[in-house]
Amino acid sequence: MASTIDSVAPGGGAQRRTLGAARPRYGEKIIETSIFLAAVLSVVVTTGIVLALVTPLPEFFRVVPFGEFLTGTVWAPAFANPSFGVLPIVVGTLMVMFFALIVAIPVGLSSAIYLSEYASPRFRKVVKPVLEVLEGIPTVATGLFAFFFLRPLAEQLLPFLPWQGPFSIGVAGVAVGLLIVPLVASVSSDAMRAVPAALREGAYGLGATKFSVTVRVVLPAALSGIVAAIVLAASRAIGETMVVLIAAGAGNPNLSFDPTKGVQTMTAYIGGRATGDIAQGTVVYDTIFAVGTLLFLFTLAMNMLAIKFVRRFREVYE
Amino acid sequence: MSDQEYRTERTRLAVAGARATTKSIVGDGARADRVSSFVFPAALLLGVVTALTALVAIIGYSLYRGWPALRWSLLTNVPSTVNPDNAGFGPAIWGTVYVIGGVIALIVPLGVAAALYLEEYANPTKWWNRVIELNIQNLAGVPSIVFGILGLAYIVRGPLSLGFVAAAGSITVALLVLPTVILASREALRSVPPSIREGSMALGATKWQTMRGQVLPAALPGILTGVILAVARAIGEAAPLLLTGAVTFVTFNPNFFDGGYSTLPTMIYSYAGRPQDAFRTLAFAGVIVMLIVLFAINSVAIWLRNRYERTW
Repeated sequence: MASTIDSVAPGGGAQRRTLGAARPRYGEKIIETSIFLAAVLSVVVTTGIVLALVTPLPEFFRVVPFGEFLTGTVWAPAFANPSFGVLPIVVGTLMVMFFALIVAIPVGLSSAIYLSEYASPRFRKVVKPVLEVLEGIPTVATGLFAFFFLRPLAEQLLPFLPWQGPFSIGVAGVAVGLLIVPLVASVSSDAMRAVPAALREGAYGLGATKFSVTVRVVLPAALSGIVAAIVLAASRAIGETMVVLIAAGAGNPNLSFDPTKGVQTMTAYIGGRATGDIAQGTVVYDTIFAVGTLLFLFTLAMNMLAIKFVRRFREVYE
Repeated sequence: MSDQEYRTERTRLAVAGARATTKSIVGDGARADRVSSFVFPAALLLGVVTALTALVAIIGYSLYRGWPALRWSLLTNVPSTVNPDNAGFGPAIWGTVYVIGGVIALIVPLGVAAALYLEEYANPTKWWNRVIELNIQNLAGVPSIVFGILGLAYIVRGPLSLGFVAAAGSITVALLVLPTVILASREALRSVPPSIREGSMALGATKWQTMRGQVLPAALPGILTGVILAVARAIGEAAPLLLTGAVTFVTFNPNFFDGGYSTLPTMIYSYAGRPQDAFRTLAFAGVIVMLIVLFAINSVAIWLRNRYERTW
C-alpha cells in the first residue's frame, strides 16, 4: 500500500526511525476485504440469476422437447391440451421492440441532436432535466395512459384498421417507445458532446454550414455511441413489463403479427403467470424460468453489444 | 456542452476568418443550404416538442382521470373490492414504506462500499476486477422481471425462504437498483481530484483515514443524489414485486417479515384491472399520489445537487 514506506535508506543515522507503520494495520485489511466482498456481491447476484433461471430447465425440457419449445407456434401452457411453442410471445416481444424503436429513434435522436448542436445553453439547461423526468415516470402510469388514452386515440386516428377488444400490442409498443426516448436522447447526446470541437472547427473553417457540420461530421463521428444508445433502448423495450402487461393484454395463444390486437410478450407472460396461483414443481410453473432464460439471453446479448460500441467510441476520442 | 463553450476568442476569430475567405471564393452557399439550415432545426425541435408533449400528456391525463377520487382518506383507507368510495391505498402505502426502507438500508452500505472498492482500491489490470466491472454494467441492463424470478426462486423460496413478505420484495428491488447506485457513486468519487488524496496521504493518513476523512465527505452530495434517484426508481417499480407477492389483497398494515403485503404501484395495477369505472378512477388517483411523491423526491435530489455541488 502506498501509505507505508517499508524500507529506510541504508547508511542513515542509527537513531533514524522507520516511516513505516509500527505494527501491521489489520483494520485497513479488514476494510479492504469487506468492500471487496460488497463488489463481489454483484457477481454473486448474476450467478444467482443464472442458477435460478437454469436449475428448473432440465426438468422442463424432459417434458417439453427443446425443438418444440423454440419452433412451436402455439403458446398455451395452462390449457387442458397444453402447447409450449414460445414463438407467439417472442413475436409479441419483437413487435413491442419494433414499435418502440419507430417512436424512440426519431424523437430521441432529433432531441439529442437539437440539444447538443442547436439549442442555446439556457434552453438545454431547462429541457434536459425535464426530459429526465419522463424517464422517471412509473411504468404503471405509462401503462394506464396507453390503455385508457392512447388505445382509443389510435382507433379514432386510424379508423380503417381492424381494431378489436381493449388491447393492442402496437399501442403498447408506442407507449414503451415514449418511455425509452430519454435513454436514446441522453446516451446519444453524450456521444455527440464527446466529439472533439476541433472536428467541428475544421469543417466550419472550410465554409460548411451548421447543417452539413451536424450531418456530415458530428453524426458520423458519434455513430458508435448512437448505435449503442439504440441497442440499449431496444434492450429496455424488450424487458419492459408493466406497460405491455396493462396495454397488450393476455393475447391469443396463436402466432399473430397484427399490431391492432392484443398479443402477449415474454415479460407480460412471466408477470401474468406469477400473479396467478400456481403450484411449484409443475410444468406451468417451470415455463416462467424457460421464458425468463430466453429473455435474459436476448437482453444479455444486446447489452454486450452496446457495451462494445460504447468502448469503441471511448477508445477513439478519450 | 457545445462547441461554443470550448471555443476561445482567438480560435473563434480564426475560424470566422477562414470561413469568410472560403465563402468569398466558393460563393454564398446554394439555396438548398439555406432551406436545410431552417428546415432541419425545425424538424429537430419537433422531436423535442413531441417528447415534452408525451410527458405533459401522461401527467395531465392522470390528473384529469384521478382528480374526482383524490381525497385525504385515500392515504389511510383500506382497499375494498365492493365499495370504491371507501377504498384507498393505506396498507399499500405502508407496504411501499417498508419495501423502500429496506431498499435504502441495503443499497447505501453495499453500493458505496462496492463503488469505493472499484474506484479507489481495485487494480484495473487484474482480471477479476475487470470481470466485476463488466458484470455490473451488464447487471444494470437485466430486465426487472428477471430480478423478480431471482427473488421468487431464491429469496421467497430456496436458500433464503422468506416467503411472500415485504422483506423479500425489498431485497429483490435493492439488488435491482444496486448497479445504478454503484455507477452513480463511482462517478461522484471520480470527481474528487487526486490532489485531495495525495495531500491526505502525505500527511500520514492511512488509505481508509483518507477515504473516511476526505474523499467520502467530498463525494457525499453526488452519492446521495445517486441514492435518491435509485429510490425514486424503486418506488415506481412493480414488475419484480409481482413475482415476490406484492399483489396479495391485504386490508391490514403489513409486517416486514410476516404476512402478505402490497405496494402502491402493484395496488394501482390491481385496481386498474377491475371492470368498474370507479376503481379505475381510484387507480389514477393512486398514480397522482405516486407522482407527487416522486416529484418531491426528485426536487430534493436537484436541490442537493445545486446546493452542495463543488467545482475543484
